[in-house]
Parts: sequence; structure tokens; C-alpha cells
Amino acid sequence: MKENLFGMTIAQLGKVAEAEGIPAYGARQISDWLYSKNTGAFTAMSNLPRTVRESLATRYTIGREPPVKATASADGTRKYLFGAEKGGFVEAAWIPDARRSTLCLSVQVGCKMGCLFCMTGKQGFQGQLSAGEILNQYQSLPERNAVTNIVYMGMGEPLDNLANVLDSLEIFCADYGFGLSPTRITVSTVGLVPAMRTFLERTRCHLAVSLHTPFEEERRRLMPVENVYPLKEVLAELRRSAVHGQRRVSFEYILFDRLNDTPRHARELSRILNGIRCRVNLIAFHPIPGTPLAPSPREAMVQFEAHLREHGIMTTIRHSRGQDISAACGMLSTRELVRMKEEGDR
Amino acid sequence: MYIGRVQVAGPEKLTETHVIANYEIAPGILMLSFPREFDFIPGQSVWLTVDAAVPPRLYSIASGSGDPRVEILYDLVPGGLLTPRLAGLRQGQTLLVSSAFGPFRDEEGPSCWVAAGTGIAPFASMVRSGQSREKTLIHGSRTIAGLLHRRLFADVLGEQYTACCTREMAAGVFHGRPTEWLTLQRLPLASRYLLCGGSRMVVDCRDIIIAKGVPFENVIGEIYF
Repeated sequence: MKENLFGMTIAQLGKVAEAEGIPAYGARQISDWLYSKNTGAFTAMSNLPRTVRESLATRYTIGREPPVKATASADGTRKYLFGAEKGGFVEAAWIPDARRSTLCLSVQVGCKMGCLFCMTGKQGFQGQLSAGEILNQYQSLPERNAVTNIVYMGMGEPLDNLANVLDSLEIFCADYGFGLSPTRITVSTVGLVPAMRTFLERTRCHLAVSLHTPFEEERRRLMPVENVYPLKEVLAELRRSAVHGQRRVSFEYILFDRLNDTPRHARELSRILNGIRCRVNLIAFHPIPGTPLAPSPREAMVQFEAHLREHGIMTTIRHSRGQDISAACGMLSTRELVRMKEEGDR
Repeated sequence: MYIGRVQVAGPEKLTETHVIANYEIAPGILMLSFPREFDFIPGQSVWLTVDAAVPPRLYSIASGSGDPRVEILYDLVPGGLLTPRLAGLRQGQTLLVSSAFGPFRDEEGPSCWVAAGTGIAPFASMVRSGQSREKTLIHGSRTIAGLLHRRLFADVLGEQYTACCTREMAAGVFHGRPTEWLTLQRLPLASRYLLCGGSRMVVDCRDIIIAKGVPFENVIGEIYF
């Protein structure tokens, strides 16, 4: 099976160049074709010798794939389904608003984390995406040129696919890659502490931590990862890492009716975040099939926001987007899996 | 430690100890033991590896809290970074272990435990530590041999123990997955439910239990990431 060139870092392309017997700057030439010029064919790489182009074509593929399905929401959000190399589907969502246009991308087919409120977890874990497959969701996006921000908040736990996520971030931010500012990229995690430490050391991208309740026992029931990496260790690591400069840490907090939206929760959240320079994003829950959880009413969300703000925590309520197109991550790909299975069963 | 090919910081402290025993207890599943030099609560886990160059992984303790040795169960993963090295360890050789940690534990009162494969370890520890009153265990495996500690559970839990097997049939063993068994039952709504195993099994069982009316607050999953 041929290896994909798309998704290789400059160091990896250097090894390709070496194996092809071309000078080291050949790696830069190839990266230019892959990432800047968006080339889809080896024959177009005109500054490489013909013999090298032919040799590359026998050993590698460019590795870019268009989405297999697209859906558009009335609010402008578009959701794309991409086939994964090892089978299954992943989702990317393009979310435009007045000030920015954000691409939400996936890192795994399925997920191992098993969060109670998440549709992706119901697929189980089916595989890691390569760096190329992660980047392809950007490069093959029809709205690519309009994208201003990227969030790793689609399917899968980014820090459970650390090597490929770090490679993709390098390529997003490097001069030889897409040249995006790391402050335009946010990586979300449930809080895998050792990998989070490495992410903070090796990148300058923003970090978003899925928090959802300040109470350990409640969090264990919502997020099994609490058994392994308790929230208090996540917060201790963030305090140790002394997040500063332009890097931003945010906490994602989905509000569930009468579960985690009470004044008691707001008070405890204020207390545990004390001393961490951060913001809290309050998110309306998109109910998934069979869930025992319900979304908080708008009034409760506003009160929760007000409480946190009174305690000096920068807090915003995120607007729900794309509800008419199954925008909750995992819903579209799960439907596609079910559809394929039903067709196979016929 | 490494996640994929990236080196990351590991657990803060691993201590040297030595292997007491390490052998296959079912096809592809091994049991490793080392001296107990720390206290633990049944259900807790340890980080474990062969040396500093190999990333430690998390294993639930399968032995009783009063036993002189700590036992863990592991699947041999061909081509894996750690388990082929673990499988090669002989009696007396060194390994690195953390102290026990984790909140996955049970209390007195009625509980239903559901486990598959090596996810049975925390419940083996609980039973060996004397926790069996008002406990029900649903135990899944592809093969009969993979129903680890089946005799122990049958002896201690009696009718409160249900073995489920998908690929083989045997007297007294439900032919199917724990999910299928759960689907057929009326479940006590006030019990606690502790689930341990791979993510798909835990998520599927949790969904079935909640769909039958058990409050989600009563369901705790330990997923082997």
C-alpha cells in the first residue's frame, strides 16, 4: 500500500527526499506543492526532475480526498462527512458567523472516552486518523479559503491521538505548511494529563478542557476518564504549566437541566478555577437519542453565566449551531454507519 | 511514557519490584504477580512497565486487598510496545509499578457488576477481598476459557453470577454478550451498576441499563483506554 505524502512534516519529507536521492531542499519543494499550491498530482510538481516525480508516484499518493457527503443548515453551518482510510466516517463542520469562520475537525473514527452526553462514543473506537486525514478536512473543505479559526472538537479525543495531532498542528502553523497562527487553533481534551503536558510544551495553540461539572463524583458518571485523570489533577497541571502569553485556556461546560446548572455548581466552579487565567464556554446541550440528560433552559444558562462573571471569570454562552443537520458531533457519521449497515443487511 | 510515538511525562513515581509469577491463564491472557508493598482498595489500578524506556500502562488489580501479592491480568497484544515485553518476564526479574490509585470501588449494598475480558480484574479483587453480599456479576467473554476466575465467582456468588460467552456454549453459560443478557432482564432500579472493560462494551451496557429506567447517577464505568 502506498504511503500518503500529504500530512508529512518537513522532517518526514526530508527522509522522502533523501530516499529519492534529491537534495535536502527537495523536501521544501514537495511541501510547497502539497500545502501551499494545493497540488493534486505528482505530474504538476514541475520543479522536481521527471524521474523523481515518476518515482514518487510509484511509492506514494498525495492523499487528499473530498468529502463524501455535505449537509447545510439554515443558519449557514455546513457539515461534511469524510471517509476514513481504515473504514468508517468522520465529520467536519464549517461554522461561519459575522466575525469569523470556524472549522471543527475530527481526529479519530469513534472515540474511547465514553462520555455520557456524546454521540461519537456510541460508535466505539474504530481507529486513529493520520495527520494527513486530519489536515485533509481543512484542505478539501470547499470553504477552506474563508476559514479563520480551527477547533479540534469534532469526533475523537485529540490527545489520545497525540502524535498525529502534533504533526497536524506543526503543518498548520509552519511556514512550510499552511502558515496559520497558533492562536487561531484550539485543541480540546477531556484532560489526559501526561499528553496535555506534552501538548502545552510543544505547541502554542489554545487548549480547551471539557469540564462539565466541578464535582468529582458527578464527573465520573458523565465522563469515565475522571477515574484515571481526575479534574483536580488536570487543574493542578494547568497551574503548574503556568499558561501565559497569548495562549488561552478555556473550559467547556455543557449545561444539563438541574444536573450541573445550579448555583451550587456555579459557586464550586468559581472556586476550583480560582487562579487559572481562563474563560468558560457555556454550551447548550444538543440531545442525542436515548440520553437521560436534558438541556438547561435559557434562563438557567444566563443565571449561571452571570454568577461566573460576578466572580471574575470570563464566561460566554455559545450559540447552538446546525441543530437541523445533526450538528452534535458523531450524529451524522453514526447515521451514515447505520444506513450502510441497513443497506448491507438487505 | 509514550502515547503513540510521542514521549510524554508519565506517572510521577514508579518503584522497582520483582516478578513472582507470570503465566498464561487463558489463550492470549496472562496473569502477572509481584509482592504487595502498598495498601489498596479493591477496584483500584496501578501503572506498570518493564523499564523506563517503555511507556507504562494502567492495569486494574485482580488480587485481594489482604493478599501478600498483587496480581494483574493482561491481554498479550502482538506487536504492542509493552505486553510482549511483559510476557517475556520471568520470576525474579524487575518491573516498575506505581502505587495504587483510582476511585473505581464499590460500597456496601446492592450492586450489579458487568465486565468482559480482563475487565473482570476489579471484581475479582472485590470478591477476593470479601465483597460479595448483595453483589451480582455479569461476566462476558468470547471463549469459555476467557471467563477468568469463573470458578471463584460461581463458588462465592452462586446464582448471582452469570457467565456469558459468544463463541462457545457450555452448561450454565448464557450464549451471547452481556448486552444481550441485560436486554432480557428486569433490572433492579435502585442498585448501583459498575461496568468495566472496553469502551464499546461499557457504553452499550450503560445505554441499556439507563434505557431500562436505572438513573444514570447509579451507573459508573471504568473504561480501558
